[in-house]
Amino acid sequence: MSVTASSWHAAAQILRRDLTLAFRRPGEWLQPVAFFFIVTLLFPLALDPELSHLRRLAPAALWVAAMLSSVLAIDFLFREDGRDGTLEQFALSGQSFAWLLLAKTAAHWVLTGVPLALAAPFAAIALGAPADAIPGVLASLLLGSVSLSLIGAIGAGLTLGLRRGGALLSLLVLPLAVPTLIFGARATELSIHGESMAGPMYLLAALSVFGVTVAPLAAAAAVRISLE
Amino acid sequence: MNWAWFHRFGSPPYFYSVAGKIIPWLAWPAGLLIVAGLWGGIVMAPPDYQQSDAARIMYVHVPAAYVALMSYTVMAIAATVGLIWRMKVAHAAAAACAPIGASFAAVCLLTGMLWGQPMWGTYWAWDPRLVSVLVLFFFFLGYIGLRGAIDDVSRADRTSAVLAIVGFVNVPIIHFSVIWWNSIHQGPSLIRKGGPAMPASMWVPLVLVIFGFTFYFYAVMLMRTRAEVLRRDRGGSWVRDIVAPQEPLP
Repeated sequence: MSVTASSWHAAAQILRRDLTLAFRRPGEWLQPVAFFFIVTLLFPLALDPELSHLRRLAPAALWVAAMLSSVLAIDFLFREDGRDGTLEQFALSGQSFAWLLLAKTAAHWVLTGVPLALAAPFAAIALGAPADAIPGVLASLLLGSVSLSLIGAIGAGLTLGLRRGGALLSLLVLPLAVPTLIFGARATELSIHGESMAGPMYLLAALSVFGVTVAPLAAAAAVRISLE
Repeated sequence: MNWAWFHRFGSPPYFYSVAGKIIPWLAWPAGLLIVAGLWGGIVMAPPDYQQSDAARIMYVHVPAAYVALMSYTVMAIAATVGLIWRMKVAHAAAAACAPIGASFAAVCLLTGMLWGQPMWGTYWAWDPRLVSVLVLFFFFLGYIGLRGAIDDVSRADRTSAVLAIVGFVNVPIIHFSVIWWNSIHQGPSLIRKGGPAMPASMWVPLVLVIFGFTFYFYAVMLMRTRAEVLRRDRGGSWVRDIVAPQEPLP
């Protein structure tokens, strides 16, 4: 994948186009955030609402909710563009296909990962986390959602040819996201307890770097097959 | 080097006849090795000094875990070969691996639970290796599900091949991430520095069962691949000659 000035231009155009489209239809990226809030709300209702108990469960609730809402949102990533032929134009454009899909995934992360990370501190406070933990919760979700989006891009590519991703998409994506969940929840837990979260954050960053390197290639291979 | 022998396996009729000749050479040793190994493990081996007779489930548990991992590896290699050389027989072999691997992973999980109850006092512990095998099991299920969801055979082959490769890259990452997460499982005791941590009367039967299960896996894999090849080429004349050979008219 060779990246030149024109590739950067193409990526910027895709980013701008996807963001413009999304802001004209805010429901699509607001719903996953609402879903995230509802799932985190279910935990206190199902448990006893004593804040000190909830605090222990907060990292788990935040990360499970974040993973589920990112799987929910990822179904939209390529579906619309696959249906109307945009992805075929991408493949024919002469630009690296993996690079263009990486740009689309980046736009998707801005629309789902960033709102999720911004919403997470509110949910964390509601689950009894101290105010000092806000930067840590924000940072861990921001970094973790990068690799969630990239893993999701592979799943979206694989299920593009199907009528609906649905349950199969979660079955494909969630096992791949196990390492992200482990390190992300650990980082959040450490930050809620006011300890240094450097270790799991480095591992989360490593997962994201690895994902940026490899996931677009896999997603491109999968999407190409379903375009034929 | 001459690769003609390799490319010849791309031909379904050739593969079908060669695999048919190989299967007995795998199935019989598999049966003998499994019987010999289980006899050695359950009847002849001494009881474990800590776990007494409960440790004997090891002679099924460890080989099942090993073969589950191996079948994922074989599946990923077959999928890669199919993707690179566009070899339909390799895709059929990858498809054949998944249900066998899923079954071995299930056997490993169930025997592990039965072993865990007397030893750890619980059927299920959130232990890294248990979780790794569970995730492996879900990979197999996802692979089978994706393959089943796509109607077009060629597209199903290549899409699921991409998934197999992605999963294969991820297996070590998941394995190490769950190890750092939590561990109560005993460490490896067969292949480690300084030789096996058990007497020969215990590790020899274990190795026999491992080889037995491996031969069994390849035998069943070839059988399933043959059936899959027949199913895919069901319109072809060579299949008709095998399934319903027609008498030449007098």
